[in-house]
Amino acid sequence: MVEQAPAIELKGISKAFGPVQANKNISIRVMPGTIHGIIGENGAGKSTLMSILYGFYKADAGEIFISGKKTEIPDSQAAIAAGIGMVFQHFKLVENFTVLENIILGAEDGGLLTPSLAKARKTLLELEHEYGLNVDPDAVIEELGVGMQQRVEILKALYRQADILILDEPTGVLTPAEADQLFRILDRLRQEGKTIILITHKLREIMEATDTVSVMRRGEMTATVKTSDTSPAELAELMVGRKVLLRVDKTPAQPGDVVLDIKGLRVVDDKGVERIKGIDLQVRAGEIVGIAGVAGNGQSELLEVLGGYAEATGEIRVNGQPLDLSGRYADGRSRRARGIAHVPEDRQREGLIMDFSAWENTAFGYHRDPGYQSGVLLNNAAIRADTEAKMGRFDVRPPNPALAAKNFSGGNQQKIVLAREIERNPDLLLVGQPTRGVDIGAIEFIHQQIVALRDKGKAVLLVSVELEEILALADRVAVMFDGHIMGERLSAETDEKELGLLMAGVSA
Amino acid sequence: MDFLTFVQLLDSTVRLATPLLLACLAGLFSERAGIFDIGLEGKMLAAAFFSAAIAALSGSVWLGLLAGIASSMVFSLLHGVASITFRGNQLISGVAINFLAAGLTVLIAQDWFSQGGRTPSLMGGARFEPITLPFAESLGAIPIFGPIYRELISGHSILVYVAFAMVPLTWWILFRTRFGLRLRAVGENPAAVDTAGVSVVGLRYAAVIICGVLCGLAGAYLSTALQAGFVKDMSAGRGFIALAALIFAKWRPWYALYATLLFGLFGALETRPDVIEALFGIRVQGALLGALPYVMTVIILAGFVGKAIPPRAGGEPYVKER
Repeated sequence: MVEQAPAIELKGISKAFGPVQANKNISIRVMPGTIHGIIGENGAGKSTLMSILYGFYKADAGEIFISGKKTEIPDSQAAIAAGIGMVFQHFKLVENFTVLENIILGAEDGGLLTPSLAKARKTLLELEHEYGLNVDPDAVIEELGVGMQQRVEILKALYRQADILILDEPTGVLTPAEADQLFRILDRLRQEGKTIILITHKLREIMEATDTVSVMRRGEMTATVKTSDTSPAELAELMVGRKVLLRVDKTPAQPGDVVLDIKGLRVVDDKGVERIKGIDLQVRAGEIVGIAGVAGNGQSELLEVLGGYAEATGEIRVNGQPLDLSGRYADGRSRRARGIAHVPEDRQREGLIMDFSAWENTAFGYHRDPGYQSGVLLNNAAIRADTEAKMGRFDVRPPNPALAAKNFSGGNQQKIVLAREIERNPDLLLVGQPTRGVDIGAIEFIHQQIVALRDKGKAVLLVSVELEEILALADRVAVMFDGHIMGERLSAETDEKELGLLMAGVSA
Repeated sequence: MDFLTFVQLLDSTVRLATPLLLACLAGLFSERAGIFDIGLEGKMLAAAFFSAAIAALSGSVWLGLLAGIASSMVFSLLHGVASITFRGNQLISGVAINFLAAGLTVLIAQDWFSQGGRTPSLMGGARFEPITLPFAESLGAIPIFGPIYRELISGHSILVYVAFAMVPLTWWILFRTRFGLRLRAVGENPAAVDTAGVSVVGLRYAAVIICGVLCGLAGAYLSTALQAGFVKDMSAGRGFIALAALIFAKWRPWYALYATLLFGLFGALETRPDVIEALFGIRVQGALLGALPYVMTVIILAGFVGKAIPPRAGGEPYVKER
């Protein structure tokens, strides 16, 4: 039997951005009809590599072979012509166009739309038949759920007759059920002979969905292995370069007194939509309570109310004393005075001012600290020294307090925020998406810090869309769906399947 | 108010709406592609001057029109280079163009003609003359339809007919052609266009150039058809009213026609306070009517009459993400 040519073969691809070598001499072979995973930490160079393949960047060196033929890909047009389709992490759809209009955009036949649309409608029906990808061609994108929108992206690629499909972090916005559905679709595509490259940082997806997997670290391809021959622990080690604890090492919780007591909380947003529809929740000293749920089901609003920047009705007590919910006396300062610290969900928008230095960011919210004062002025030297000490304890790299927040990596930005909040020794720590966009090495450290605070007898309320993180970190899990708490479970007594059902609004 | 006065009022509505309509459609092309353009005013002014000046010098209004369009396109490309190629702030670039045009036109006019910043009065072939449509006189005797045909429909310059024909044409281009689909897409989500393998920069330049041509027509109309020659600041805020009309029209071609006709009517009433007095028995200050388009735009923007959602990528330079 003659050996089949690989669908994609990269030879010695290198790409530098200034002094940063994003890709170093990368070679990879992807066989047709397989799902090939590429895994690596943020900044490992996965996205750069795929951008080169899709014609966004030109490689400094190296060659690309598509089905054994050397191919130049100077732009996206060439990539499409070579049969490569890409599904980006953030969808590239025109929100107020219909599905059909989005599908033909850039791939129209001729100058007039009517015949193009008619042809696309027919082709779409065929694709639907072939791959089981049904979607209403006349639906407007913004009225579709994310799972459907992703399907439109896949259809877009198939309409352009892509044989090679690249998916960049495709499950980041999906519920577990939607993700399962996506993997079923990918499996079907593979059976039809398509080649799929799956970029992800989730080990579980690699293990479940791929045939082979390549690991990237700091711009280099460290290994390519058959998925069936490896294990999550081995992959994690290859990604980080050292052994990593995938499970958070923690002792059973010793819950004490109730610190946070929420009763009948309702939140109506500024458009008049009720986002939280009457919830009750308690968090005790010495325990971590995780709020699971697909983004947009009221978790963010809960954090905003507790953090003091949204109005609500109902009752919240902290250490037995009521909190003001009217918005009049509710602000970050008074919340902090009550022993509440907040690590917001969106650190770049709510947690930090990206153009300000690390020491300025460390002072925010605590700038009235007597230790930071020098008469009527701020004692900048003291703040800097304090920041430097905190950066040391939280292993922020580089430990330079004068560096602007935007110049730190995602993980280090998060550590700056965490250091600021945790070191104030709060009674209640609110944490939103603590490890979003954070690499594995830093995730481990951040989880350890949160557990350490719990072990000091503090209460932690954790909001995360990563179910794995909730299960690993929380002692108790409450699932939010459509403004309600669908149910509470002890993490030790539940699993992803049960929580996934609750997240989808199915009450057990 | 008799019927003939009414028809005459509508007639001047059409005349005054024409430059607004052309400028509004110019803005529509640009803003639908994601390039905000507050430089409509400046481009109209430049085109008004250059078309009057070249028409005066050459004696040909058609050469004048070409010069007007060319000057407007130069400013358009300036805006394009600043906001597309160099990803500058589109508002600042637009403001600069308005100031540049206001100063340059008067300066060059004084240098060329030494008449205090105006061009000589245009006569004969240096002006767009009204076109009398066939049978205007013979049909004029028919009641109702006759006067409407003779006074309202017939007797405008060619640019008026071009402006009104541009409305269905713009609609057709935007909603029935590949170019229109891509143009609208680039104003909503340029990343979608880019990843589909279509040039964002190319589309936006095309939009800006179309905007320049239409502004050129609007400006030429002002100085060679509506008036006979250029005077200082003769665009008189029409570029801004056209922008207001664009918002009022929610960036749609047919609505743009209705909005500019409405604003044209206010303009026509401004010069005929007697009509309002006859109708409502109150005397209204002309200036008040002049301010109405702005007032109505504020009301629209405040969300009282439906929602005006601008193209989502409007005003944002496109930077390819990593």
